Amino acid sequence: MRKSEKLITNTIRIAGSSTILFILLIFVFLMKEGLPTIQEISIGDLLSKRWYPIEELYGILPLISGSLIVTIFSMVIAFPLGIGTAIYIGEIAPPGLKEILKPLVEVLAGIPSVVLGFIGILVLSPMMRTGLKLPTGLTALTGSILLALISIPTIVSIAEDALYAVPNSYREAAYALGATHWQIIWYVVLPAGRSGILNAVMLGVGRSLGETMAVMMVTGNAPTLFSGLNSFISPVRTMTATIASEMGEVASGSSHYHVLFFIGILLFLFSLIINITSSTLSARPKRGKDQVIS
Amino acid sequence: MNLSSYSKEPKFRISRNLIQEIGFMGIRLITVITIFPILAIVVFIAIKGIPAISWEFLTAMPRDGMRAGGILPAIVGTLYLMVGTATISIPLGIAAGIYLAEYAPDNLWTRLIRIAIISLAGIPSVVYGLFGLGLFVLFFEFGISILSAALTLSIMTLPVIISTSEEALRSVPYKFRVIGISLGGTQWQTIRKVILPQALPGIVTGIILGLERAVGETAPILFTGATFFLPHLPSSPLDATMALPYHIYVISTQIPGMPITIQYGTVLVLLVIVLAMDVIASVIRSRARAKRQW
Repeated sequence: MRKSEKLITNTIRIAGSSTILFILLIFVFLMKEGLPTIQEISIGDLLSKRWYPIEELYGILPLISGSLIVTIFSMVIAFPLGIGTAIYIGEIAPPGLKEILKPLVEVLAGIPSVVLGFIGILVLSPMMRTGLKLPTGLTALTGSILLALISIPTIVSIAEDALYAVPNSYREAAYALGATHWQIIWYVVLPAGRSGILNAVMLGVGRSLGETMAVMMVTGNAPTLFSGLNSFISPVRTMTATIASEMGEVASGSSHYHVLFFIGILLFLFSLIINITSSTLSARPKRGKDQVIS
Repeated sequence: MNLSSYSKEPKFRISRNLIQEIGFMGIRLITVITIFPILAIVVFIAIKGIPAISWEFLTAMPRDGMRAGGILPAIVGTLYLMVGTATISIPLGIAAGIYLAEYAPDNLWTRLIRIAIISLAGIPSVVYGLFGLGLFVLFFEFGISILSAALTLSIMTLPVIISTSEEALRSVPYKFRVIGISLGGTQWQTIRKVILPQALPGIVTGIILGLERAVGETAPILFTGATFFLPHLPSSPLDATMALPYHIYVISTQIPGMPITIQYGTVLVLLVIVLAMDVIASVIRSRARAKRQW
């Protein structure tokens, strides 16, 4: 009896620590396959402006630039939409409507990115081409719109949590001072929840930066460096799309293979920075009302 | 005393009420802009996809270079991947959740585990693909196989299952534990007989949401288990497999002259699987909430 209890407890303990093992394994194997890049390709070549693996040109700047363009622009779209929707769901919507809207946003979170990419190819990109009179609808802008759709559920749910965490006593105090509902939202709730809202945006950025399929399908996959506003309506190529589209065709152990893993290391580090910073931001306080009662 | 300032009050109130009206209008508009595409996408795919759905489409092998016939191998492949991922990630995830909720002391190691979970949750899916390629496909020599893909997807799913399990276990009131121990149960007996059954609905919801994500992902299986075309169903875990998300990518970007109805039909099948999981999860959640006695 006691023996089996001990066995189970130990198993649970090991399982509990397994995540540390996995994160280390991911780190080690990315490094193992990606670090040879530094020996094979000089830093100067790596930071050059041309990505053209057939001629052994491995400049990753255009890829970083592509990732940044679509991520930043997707946030420009997703931030107001996500925060606005969170405000509506958390502060304004009548309870019945709220119960409908929340699952709907979850539905969006569940739609696989390849499905959004598919819609992007068949519906959105022709619309962009004819609407903006472009030579091709496969542009950074098209990718940004899809990325906005993908990151909105993350932003809405984290931001709504942040608004929910603002103690009700704040709202009541403002109301007692004669503030309108809008003033309460604008001057009390939003400032009080700002760290959570910032957190929502950071995780949205992480989501956008790491997204692969949808972006690969609709951004036209041309590795070009940012060159002014025109870049938004031209084809680009992101770091993730480069890995996904080229890894299938390279010989393992080649320089090209190593560079793709090197790009993976960069993505891994970006995501690590974003997620660890955001988790330190969001030491979520319990809703104040509960504290008052207990 | 000068009372003239009070006379301005009504004017002030009108203007701030107007601001409120405008603000609310803006927020409502934003919410509509956010929600509309979700509904539009789902309805659009349903309308376009339903004509393709037939018994043959769901149960036949593809013919004519996948331009005719059914999508059985992709459906079966996705189910295999789901089962494989569930087999690995459910026991490990629940055990880790139990550790964090019931056993973990508040120390540095536990904090490291939490950082590892947060980090795993944020790693881009394509980076999981690279990791799976490096560790499972090449290092362990599992090859491009269901096993490699399921292992990769499991590690990706793990943070979702761990966090929701922990949360579900923590929401069981403390007195349940005290009662279990006071009746002479050991800690594990209390967890297994008292706490786990109470937390089960929450855990199951988390599992479904985690698997839902795994089912829809393409990037992690691109270089670990997915294959373009398979003339027969996979017969062992070491076979490569077709899968719905990858198949959607293939037929929408790689095969010229692909009939549009087959494309929409395939997307609809994946969407129905994913949304059905969503619905099941929320039904379990709301039922458990209604039944709960604490």
